[in-house]
Amino acid sequence: MINIILLGFLAVVAIAVAMMRDLFAIVMLFGIYSLLTAGIFVSLDAVDVAFTEAAVGAGISTILILSTLALTSREEKQPTHSFLLPLLVVLVTGATLVYGTLDMPAFSDPEAPVHQHVAPHYLNQAEQETGVPNIVTAVLASYRSYDTMGEVTVIFTAGIAVLLLLSAFRHHEDEASNLNDLSHHPVLRYIARLMIPFILLFALYVQFHGDYGPGGGFQAGVIFAAGFILYGLVVGIDKTRQMFSESKLHWLMASGLLLYIGVGIVSLLLGGEFLNYNVFAADPLKGQHWGIFLVELGVGITVTATMISVFLAFSEVRRSE
Amino acid sequence: MISSHLPVLQVVLPLIAAPLCLLLRRSSLLWILSFAASLAAMIIAWLLLQQAGSSGVISYTIGGWAAPWGIEYRIDTLNAYVLLIVTSISTVVLLAAKKSIEQEIPQQHWPMFYSSYLLCLTGLLGITATGDAFNVFVFLEISSLSSYALISLGRDRRALTASYQYLVMGTIGATFILIGIGLLYMLTGTLNMHDLAQRLPAVAQSKTLLSAFAFLFVGISLKLALFPLHLWLPNAYTYSPSIVSAFLAGTATKVAVYVLLRFIFTVFGADYAFSVLPLTEILMLLAVAAIMFASISAIYQSNIKRLFAYSSVAQLGYIILGIGFLSVSGLTATLLHLFNHALMKAALFMALACVLYRQGDVMFSNVKGLGKTMPWTFMAIVLGGLSLVGVPLTVGFISKWYLVVAAIEQGHFVLVAIILFGSLLALVYVWRLVEQGYFHNSEEDHPRQEAPLSLLIPTWMLVLANIYLGIDTSLTIGAAEQAAQMLLGQAGGGSP
Repeated sequence: MINIILLGFLAVVAIAVAMMRDLFAIVMLFGIYSLLTAGIFVSLDAVDVAFTEAAVGAGISTILILSTLALTSREEKQPTHSFLLPLLVVLVTGATLVYGTLDMPAFSDPEAPVHQHVAPHYLNQAEQETGVPNIVTAVLASYRSYDTMGEVTVIFTAGIAVLLLLSAFRHHEDEASNLNDLSHHPVLRYIARLMIPFILLFALYVQFHGDYGPGGGFQAGVIFAAGFILYGLVVGIDKTRQMFSESKLHWLMASGLLLYIGVGIVSLLLGGEFLNYNVFAADPLKGQHWGIFLVELGVGITVTATMISVFLAFSEVRRSE
Repeated sequence: MISSHLPVLQVVLPLIAAPLCLLLRRSSLLWILSFAASLAAMIIAWLLLQQAGSSGVISYTIGGWAAPWGIEYRIDTLNAYVLLIVTSISTVVLLAAKKSIEQEIPQQHWPMFYSSYLLCLTGLLGITATGDAFNVFVFLEISSLSSYALISLGRDRRALTASYQYLVMGTIGATFILIGIGLLYMLTGTLNMHDLAQRLPAVAQSKTLLSAFAFLFVGISLKLALFPLHLWLPNAYTYSPSIVSAFLAGTATKVAVYVLLRFIFTVFGADYAFSVLPLTEILMLLAVAAIMFASISAIYQSNIKRLFAYSSVAQLGYIILGIGFLSVSGLTATLLHLFNHALMKAALFMALACVLYRQGDVMFSNVKGLGKTMPWTFMAIVLGGLSLVGVPLTVGFISKWYLVVAAIEQGHFVLVAIILFGSLLALVYVWRLVEQGYFHNSEEDHPRQEAPLSLLIPTWMLVLANIYLGIDTSLTIGAAEQAAQMLLGQAGGGSP
């Protein structure tokens, strides 16, 4: 029941986004869309995914898109091309998807192939093999750790791509900048300052508690970055910039990823396969513990540094005339 | 000890170098680090090809978790061969990169440029080496995002639009691929390709499987620039920095072709793929359309980079045509042309990098009288062009020969005519260049001013490879034939 309601809302929001021209409202609706999706994930018992969706989709990406809007315009331009071809493509894609659902295993069918092959092994063995009670973390940071290394690399790559694109338009002197600056609102500033320590503390909790509950480096990194972005907004971008110089941020971005790869290289030098944590200690479970701890830390560092860099880069772009 | 870890080092070595680039400032250090990483990757690819040739499939379980629970790297002759293509093109391009980058790209971007280049290389190698379907997607994202960044660095402002266009098309392609992989997972509960191949025949009748196949086919075709999904390619190649054009033209679409082959032949199995859809007819029709339309478009271009970009779309047509025959000689032709086309296009785009270095642009007016002012550069363009046409003693001839043989074997004489007509069209656009370079004099009296040796030597290395491998074909044909036989041997789906 709750699924149907949430999906209904999702459809309404999606249609509204497609119909509207006001980009600011669209961004807000996107935030709601992500929040609804996170809700659906929770009701599907995928709390880790829900957490990420809420932090990334509803949180940081809304801030980044808003930063983009601050540099462009609020209204969408009237499109000049016709809608016919895109509409056709969307219809064909949708039809193929619907056609594909015809033979899908029934929803939440315990006999479905996904519940019969690889997943049971994770469910039954993960705790004995990795020592981590949260199976999602076990899969993410150990069984499929290499994919996660790839994902951190994706974030690193995306960060570099944005910095490269924006750097042509950046300026470090504060002539017309600080368009996101809220430091002249005393109430906001006071409340936000009060909250920042708790946000950072929560981020640390999410970072280090990922073994037991939902969380891990990705979510923690985003929350950590959100804390600093809030600081930047209420205290001033310049202050944040003083804290994180460009070279320091580059160094942090690189070091998180290097830490992750380094864990792999060390395991290789100790005689195991790449990213095989068992070789880190005499007791394989202890080795797994160390390995997962270190790679999650690497993820957290790179995500935090990348998000802060991207935010600062946006705030230093001169508004285009 | 090292030799057993080669499969993962193949990808990890360039990956380590990428973040390290961010910590360096000096152009020469950046260049040495990138070049060394790419060279090491090339040596590893070479060793892997030897290993795969002698001992068959090499499996490497990452993290020590056996497949399908963990991620497996699975190297056979096919992907070792593609790894060798990607790494050798990347290494030769990097050898020339320093001067060209110093001129075309602002200094503050150098660290990030080299970093993106290495990330793109890592992504392409990761896609090729892996035996895990989802891992393909992760590394596809790395290579895509970094190539959008690389393209956007072109000096022309239109590079930004070109990059954005590619971003939109590429993201649609990647999403389709992800949907396809998701549906496969839903049907089988596994992501390992080898495991998928064994479990898919049981659900061969499923409509969900058919839509998974459709999504994967269209998604990969977008990344491959298969006609009519090629619209992003001409702009992307035209406006990106010279070095990036040479690198991407030699590698990116080749890896996409590999992914298509891997999914059709290894994961779905040729029996399924060619029976559930009229794949032979679809592939041949699209290939012929690509050859005809793109070759004709190439003739009418006034920007030479754009001309060769359209020619790439046409050449991808030949590559796809070979798959359609579903025969050993057809697939051998496809795989041969994968290597040979990479050699030609890398050589041509590198020669254009030389032209751009001296002339500032690569319009037809810039090559007027170039036979006199930049004789070596222009000679490289001419020889590369001849290889593109398929003149004997060049690699282009070898791949066309195999393609024609494959067509005759199955009595497709119309296709033989089309292949020959396509070569004729290529001759037309190459001749237009020759005419400009040798028979027109430039308006002003330029002194003879050849490109710097650091650019010219790598260009000529590629040109000579075009000729050498056109005469001594044992390396390429040996590996291509072995890989083609392996793919068709697996056509039954499920042989170990």
